[in-house]
Amino acid sequence: MQLIQLLIDGIASGCIYGLVALGFVLIYKATETINFAQGDILMLGAFVAYSLIGILGMDYLTGFALTVLIIAVFGFFLDAVVVRQIIGQPAFATVMLTIGLGFIFRGFASIYWGTDIFSFSTPFSGKITEFSGLIISYVNLSIIVGTAVLMSALYFFFTFSKIGVAMRASSENQLAAYYMGIPVKFIFSLIWSISAGVAAVAGVLLAPITLVDTSISLIGLKAFAAAVLGGFGSIPGAIVGGIIIGIVEQLCGTYENYLFEGVREISAYLVLILTLIIYPRGLFSDKAEVKKV
Amino acid sequence: MRFIFKTKYSQDINIAKHNGDRFWYSLLILIMVALPLVLDDFYLGEISYICILSIAGIGLMILSGYTGLASLGHAAFLGVGAYTHAFLLTNEIPFYASIPIVIIVSFLVGAAIGIPILRLTGMYLAIATLALGFIAEHVFIKWEHFTGGNRGLPVPQPEFLGMSFYDSVFFYYVCLVFLIAAMFAAINILRSPTGRAFVAIRDSEIAAQSLGVNLGLYKALSFAISGAFTGLAGALLAHYIGYLAPDIFNIFLSLTLLLLIVVGGMGSLHGTVFGAIFVGFLPQLIAICRDYLPSSIGSQPGLEPMLFGLILVFFILYEPLGIYGRWMKIKLFFELFPTYKRQTFKKQKVFTKSDRV
Repeated sequence: MQLIQLLIDGIASGCIYGLVALGFVLIYKATETINFAQGDILMLGAFVAYSLIGILGMDYLTGFALTVLIIAVFGFFLDAVVVRQIIGQPAFATVMLTIGLGFIFRGFASIYWGTDIFSFSTPFSGKITEFSGLIISYVNLSIIVGTAVLMSALYFFFTFSKIGVAMRASSENQLAAYYMGIPVKFIFSLIWSISAGVAAVAGVLLAPITLVDTSISLIGLKAFAAAVLGGFGSIPGAIVGGIIIGIVEQLCGTYENYLFEGVREISAYLVLILTLIIYPRGLFSDKAEVKKV
Repeated sequence: MRFIFKTKYSQDINIAKHNGDRFWYSLLILIMVALPLVLDDFYLGEISYICILSIAGIGLMILSGYTGLASLGHAAFLGVGAYTHAFLLTNEIPFYASIPIVIIVSFLVGAAIGIPILRLTGMYLAIATLALGFIAEHVFIKWEHFTGGNRGLPVPQPEFLGMSFYDSVFFYYVCLVFLIAAMFAAINILRSPTGRAFVAIRDSEIAAQSLGVNLGLYKALSFAISGAFTGLAGALLAHYIGYLAPDIFNIFLSLTLLLLIVVGGMGSLHGTVFGAIFVGFLPQLIAICRDYLPSSIGSQPGLEPMLFGLILVFFILYEPLGIYGRWMKIKLFFELFPTYKRQTFKKQKVFTKSDRV
């Protein structure tokens, strides 16, 4: 019973990693760049939600939707104005650029909102439900349900909508997509905006658990483990990888005595390194295979 | 404009390309040696710190600037060097024996880390080194027998050549000598076949491979050499700080090292020194900025990471070759005056290169 309880907690935190990893994967699939600022965008999402819901007193759902919209528009212009300029530069340049952007966001957040820890009320805070001996908090439930809803929405978007198909086409082959009359630059900015929006969703869902402060941007680093484990370039892989990381972290935390002290904090990174050494393709990799020497 | 008329092949690998070089670099060394006559202890300390940063920068530059491998966890090597040095000194190993051991240990650690993860390229390598940086920081906290854990580890300041490391003039000379030695070592590595192989790997792995460069071996070697330089810098840093705590060697230090090489100029040893001067004086620069900004913004702790990020983004977007690149442009402007063309350094239009097979 305790194990199932752990699994549920693990899945809930894993969904957050999965959502952030999903942001990496979307951008990587399309543009072959990795956005190291994904965690910082999540942080911005949580802060904007705090401003809208906590300070302006908006209704939770309205605030949620507005936050996602604001961050998505922000993500669009982030690509259109800044990131697009270094297309074609070595991978190193993108890595440094997005790290620098992450620092700017974090600095901006701590200047604008301050370095205190904030919280805002949600319909889920503090409520739990019991199900045959299992205790499930509404917050965890909201994360799991939210992830499921978002995933199915994205699935339908990418399968049936015209823009979704255009996005898949642009990530398959940019040049061919160009020739087919797809506005590839616009599509890329749109992908950035979707992945920023997904990060914002993760940020708002996460806010009741970790509360809102600048340190939650570190989640982005653990989400790398999820993305790599799932095979960088697979959307279901990102979520499954995230859930595995979440569960591993919970298990390591509980059975710390049998392993070694402090294993919980680095378990995600250990999984990451082991995946890269043993099976760098990841669990769900498609064509985007890691080049080997 | 100076034309070098080459009559021998060996001229291509001369350390000093012409007499002008010899003159200016000798003058620079003379000025550096004479500095303690004019500067007080505070500035000598700052310049010693810049020397240490330059050595660490040389390490990262060999890896990132010359071999094209990104490392986001290089503070780990500084930590390995610093802790090994402090541990050896605590166990009564003399300074002159400890430094070579530190270099060898960091070299081996670099190789040990390098061999398994160097099958990865580009982004994957960046992510893996980032994770390793976190794991290393964690090891420094938890391995209390060796590092003292969160309590920290005091660094003994032994006598060396009859002088004490508390003497800032002596410490300055030690750092300077190590910087010059490291610079010569790096120049020599880079003009040897090994260094040429590194540059070949950076420019095109496929081309390098078809010319017979063993990619795995040379990448691991680059990692190890880079680790050795950074470890040496770590040992000196241990003396500079005097008391080691694990949170010194965090991700922010790794990123500071990256900022150093990006601002200095990727792919140039000059750049490491320029970058180190910049990074060394960055805190003072930020302090000055604070004074000029309105107090509501100036007093915020978030200002530092924000400026850090802005500088990084600015250099990546507008001056990818860094301070050294700017220096080259200015130099060329005067050499070609009045026929300098702006187009010489125009960014070429590039298209996305795919890593996918």
